[in-house]
Amino acid sequence: MIRQLRGEDGRSDAARSARTDALRPRTEDATTVARSVCPYCAVGCGQLVYVQDGRVTQIEGDPDSPISRGRLCPKGAASKQLVTHPGRRTEVLHRRPYGTTWERLDLDTAMEMIADRVVRTRRETWEQTHEGRVVRRTLGIASLGGATLDDEENYLMKKLYTALGAIQVENQARV
Amino acid sequence: MAECHPVGFQWVVEAKERGARVFHVDPRFTRTSALADRHLPIRAGSDIVLLGALINHVLTNGLEFREYVLAYTNAATIVSEDFRDTEDLDGLFSGWDPETATYDPRSWAYESTGEQPPAERAEGGPLHAEAAGAHAYGAGGPAAHPNPRTDPTLTHPRCVYQILKRHFARYTPELVERLCGIPRDGFAELAEAVTANSGRERTTAWVYSVGWTQHTVGAQYIRSASILQLLLGNMGRPGGGILALRGHASIQGSTDIPTLFNILPGYLDMPHAERHEGLDQYLELEGGATGFWGNRRSYLVSLLKAWWGDAATEANDFCFGHLPRLTGDHGHYTTVMGQIDGTVKGYFVIGENPAVGSSGGRAQRLGLANLDWLVVRDLTLVETATFWLDGPELETGELRTEEIGTEVFFLPAASHVEKEGTFTNTQRLLQWREKALDPPGDCRSELWFYHRLGKLVRQRMTDDEIDRPVRELTWDYPEHGPHREPSAEAVLREINGVGPDGRALSSSTQLRPDGSTACGCWIYCGVYADEVNQAARRRPGREQSPVAPEWGWAWPANRRILYNRASADPEGRPWSERKAYVWWDAERGEWTGHDVPDCELRKPPDHVPPEGARAEAALAGTDPFIMQSDGKGWLYVPAGLADGPLPAHYEPHESPVTNPLYAQQANPARRTYHRPESPYNAPGGRFPYVLTTYRLTEHHTAGAMSRPLAYLAELQPELFCEVSPQLAGHLGLTNGDWATIVTSRAVVEARVLVTGRMRPLRVEGRVVHQVGLPYHWGWGGDGLVTGDVANDLLPLVLDPNVYIQEGKAMTCDVRPGRRPRGRAALDLLEMYRHG
Repeated sequence: MIRQLRGEDGRSDAARSARTDALRPRTEDATTVARSVCPYCAVGCGQLVYVQDGRVTQIEGDPDSPISRGRLCPKGAASKQLVTHPGRRTEVLHRRPYGTTWERLDLDTAMEMIADRVVRTRRETWEQTHEGRVVRRTLGIASLGGATLDDEENYLMKKLYTALGAIQVENQARV
Repeated sequence: MAECHPVGFQWVVEAKERGARVFHVDPRFTRTSALADRHLPIRAGSDIVLLGALINHVLTNGLEFREYVLAYTNAATIVSEDFRDTEDLDGLFSGWDPETATYDPRSWAYESTGEQPPAERAEGGPLHAEAAGAHAYGAGGPAAHPNPRTDPTLTHPRCVYQILKRHFARYTPELVERLCGIPRDGFAELAEAVTANSGRERTTAWVYSVGWTQHTVGAQYIRSASILQLLLGNMGRPGGGILALRGHASIQGSTDIPTLFNILPGYLDMPHAERHEGLDQYLELEGGATGFWGNRRSYLVSLLKAWWGDAATEANDFCFGHLPRLTGDHGHYTTVMGQIDGTVKGYFVIGENPAVGSSGGRAQRLGLANLDWLVVRDLTLVETATFWLDGPELETGELRTEEIGTEVFFLPAASHVEKEGTFTNTQRLLQWREKALDPPGDCRSELWFYHRLGKLVRQRMTDDEIDRPVRELTWDYPEHGPHREPSAEAVLREINGVGPDGRALSSSTQLRPDGSTACGCWIYCGVYADEVNQAARRRPGREQSPVAPEWGWAWPANRRILYNRASADPEGRPWSERKAYVWWDAERGEWTGHDVPDCELRKPPDHVPPEGARAEAALAGTDPFIMQSDGKGWLYVPAGLADGPLPAHYEPHESPVTNPLYAQQANPARRTYHRPESPYNAPGGRFPYVLTTYRLTEHHTAGAMSRPLAYLAELQPELFCEVSPQLAGHLGLTNGDWATIVTSRAVVEARVLVTGRMRPLRVEGRVVHQVGLPYHWGWGGDGLVTGDVANDLLPLVLDPNVYIQEGKAMTCDVRPGRRPRGRAALDLLEMYRHG
C-alpha cells in the first residue's frame, strides 16, 4: 500500500505482499487432471478438469486446444459450479400417480419398475400392422433427449428403442 | 456469434484484424454487431429476400465464378419442360396438390431422365416428405440422373442457370428495402463486399444459427445461401462454406447418430411402411445408384450386422424386418399431440426440458399430464419433472395435482466430467472426454442407464415373435468400476465397425454389402482406426498446421473441409496460391494437400467414368460433390425437398406484412396443427409487433445448466424484453419496469429493456416494431433465478422438410405492467383469441 501511495503502479510489483507470494493456485495440488470438453455450446472448447481428494477443484480452458486456445466463455468458465453446485440432485425420486409429493426410491428398484413399465406398455400398445402393412412398432413409448448426450449414449438409445419398436425418438437437434 | 459462441468468435475477430470484412445481419444489435464492420438490422423472417437479391445481383451482373459454376454445379443442366416456377404460378411450383397440401415433385426433374417411380413412392413425394425424408440429406442428396442433358453455354431457356435468373429477377435491392427494412446503401455495401471477396483469390463464408433454421422456410434459407455460395465458388474451399453454429455440445452427434424419428445412424432413412417392404425395395428407392450413396447397401447391411450380429443373415434380409416402420410424421410435436390424445403412454426425457424449452409449453405440459409414466433424467429437478407440483396450469386452474395420473421417475444424471465419451462439435469434430471422477450418489451416465435398462428389458422378453428384435440384439459391452459402467470405448469401437477378421475398420470404403463387415455408423468409420481411439488425440494446436488434423477426429475420414476437391480447379491445380488447400500431384499420381482430400485419392482430374458405372466409379475426376448422384453442387434441387426446388420468399406463418411477391402468403407446405392446444394469432391489428427469441451469453437454453449456477444467475437474473425507445414511448413502457407479452398461446411478463439496439424498421411503407425475448427462464428447475417461460408464446408451426418449429419470427402484442394471474390470465388470452 505504501509503495502504491508513493505512486508505483498498483497493478504490478507494488501490489505484491508476503501473502500474495505465498498464494498457490489450487490446480497445483490436484491429484489428477482430465482432458475434457465444455458441455455448453457446440464450439467444443477444451477443458482441463482438476480433481483433488475425490472432488473437482477447478475447471480451466485447455491451452493445447487448437479450437479454443485455452479460452472459455462465462458459461464454460462457470462449469465447475455446474458439476459441484449444492442444488445438484443425487437421489432418485418417485411421484406416484395422483400423488402430491415426491418419495425416495432405491435406484435398483426404480430401474426394475421402469423396465416393467416399458415391457408392459410395449405389449399393450404393440402395432403389428397399420392399414394392412407390417409396421412392428409401438406408439405407446416416446423419448426426447438433449443434445449434451455423448455419441455413445445416443447410439445405445437409438439401438435399444429401435429394437423395442419405439419410433417416436426425438432430440434437441429437432427443436 | 459473439453472444452464443464467444470462443469461436475469436477467429472472426482475428480474421478481421487480418483484413476480413465482417457483416452482421440480425434484427438486434448485439456484441457481434459491435465488433462487425457493419450491422444490417433485418425484419425477422425476411432473409430469403436478402439472399435472393444477392443471387440476383450476382446473376444480373455476371459476377459468378463461371469456371467453378460450369465444372462443379448443375447450372448447365436442362430441366423438364413440365416444370413451372413460382413466378408462373403466383407462389406455387408445379405439382402442388391443394387437397393434400403437398407437392408431387416429378415435374421438377431433369429433362428426360427416363422412368420415374410413382409419385407416392418418389423421393420428396408426399409419403417421403411426410416422414421428414428430406432430413436424410444431411449427408448427401437424393437420386438424380448421373449424366443429364446440359448446355455449357448456359443459354438454353430451361437450363438451371436461366431458371435461376428468371426466378430471382424480382428479388431486387428495392424489394430488400421494402421487405427486410435494409436500406439500399447497406445492401449495396454487402453485395459489393461479398462479390469482391469471392473468386480465385478470395472466399466468403456465411455463418448461421437457429436464426436461419427456426422458420417455416428454414431449409430454404440454407438453400438460398447454398445457391449464392456455389455461384461465387465458395464451397469446398478454405475460408468459404456455410457454417452452422450449433448450440449444444453434441447436437451434431445427436444428428449423425440420431435420436431422431426419421433417420438411422449415418443419415439412412428409417424405413416407411408403404415405401419399403423389404431391403431391396428400400435400397432401390432411397437415393441413386451413383455417387457414394450408391454404396448404401454396404452402409445399411453393416449397421444391421452391428445391431443383430449373427442373427442377421443374407437369407433374412439381415434382419431388415426387425426395423419398425414409419407411416408419417412421428416428430416431437406430433408426439405431444399423441400424449394429449392418450396414444403415447410412457415418455423418457433425457437431459431435456420440454416444459420450458419447447414451443407452445402449455401443450407440452398438457401432454405430460396425460401420460401413464414419465422418466426424467437430469442434473437438477427440471420443470418437466415437476409440472404436476408447480406448473403454471395449476395456477390457472387448468390442472390439479391430485387429478394428474402421471407416475414420475426422476433419476439424477452424471455430469460431463463424471463419464467418458465423445461429443461431436459444430465442425463435425469428435472429441473424446476423459472421466475425471465417479458420479455422486445415484447419479449415472445415460450409457449406464440405457445399458442397464436394455439388460432388464431383455430379461423380461419371451419367445413371442414381437420380442425377437430385442432378444437377438447385440448387447454385450464390457463393464468396469463400482457402478459396472459399460465401456464407452467398446461402444465407440462398435460405431466404428469391424471387418471379417474382427479388427477395427479404418475407412467406410472397406464396408461390404454381404454382411462380412459390421459398422454402427458408416460416416464415423475410421474413428477407431488401427484399434486406436482417434477422437482422443490431443496433439497441441501450436505443434500442428492450422488444419490441426491430429486433434480429435472429424467425420468423414478426418476431413476438416467437406467437398475440398472444389478447392482445386478442374485440372486439379489450386485456384490460386493464396487459396491452395488440396491438389493433384501428377508425379505421385494422387491427391494431396493440407487436409485429407475429399475424393478418391488416385482418381486423376481427367478421369471420365465408363458408361453404366455405379457408386463412386460413376464420378468423374472433376466431380467434387461426391455424395450427389451426379457429383455436382445443386443450384436447383430436382428432387428431395418438400417445398420446392428453389427458395421463394414466403412470410412467416404469423406476420404483420402481406407478401407482395406472390398470392401465397406463407409456405404452402408448412406443417400446422389445427387443434385447441395449438392456436394461431389472427392476422391484423390484435398482434401488431414482430416477436423474435434468442439466447444470452450467460445462460444455456431452457436454463437447467445455467439458472442453478450462482455466477450465471447473478449475471442475468431476470427475463427481460428488448424494445426500441420509439415502441416504449408508443406503449408507455418504462425501462426496468414490467411489460406483458401476449400471443394467442400465452401471456408472459418480463422486465422492460428500452434500448437503441432494437431499431424500428420501415417495411412496406410503414413502421414495423420488433420485440426481442431471451428464453432461458422457467418457474423452478432448481434455478436460483426464475421467470416466465418465453417459449410458451411460440406457435406450433413447422418447416415441412425437417419439422423445426418457427421460433424466430411471429407476431405478438405488448402491454405495460405485470400479467394477470390465475383465471384472469386465461380471460385475457380468450379476449386476444376471439376479440
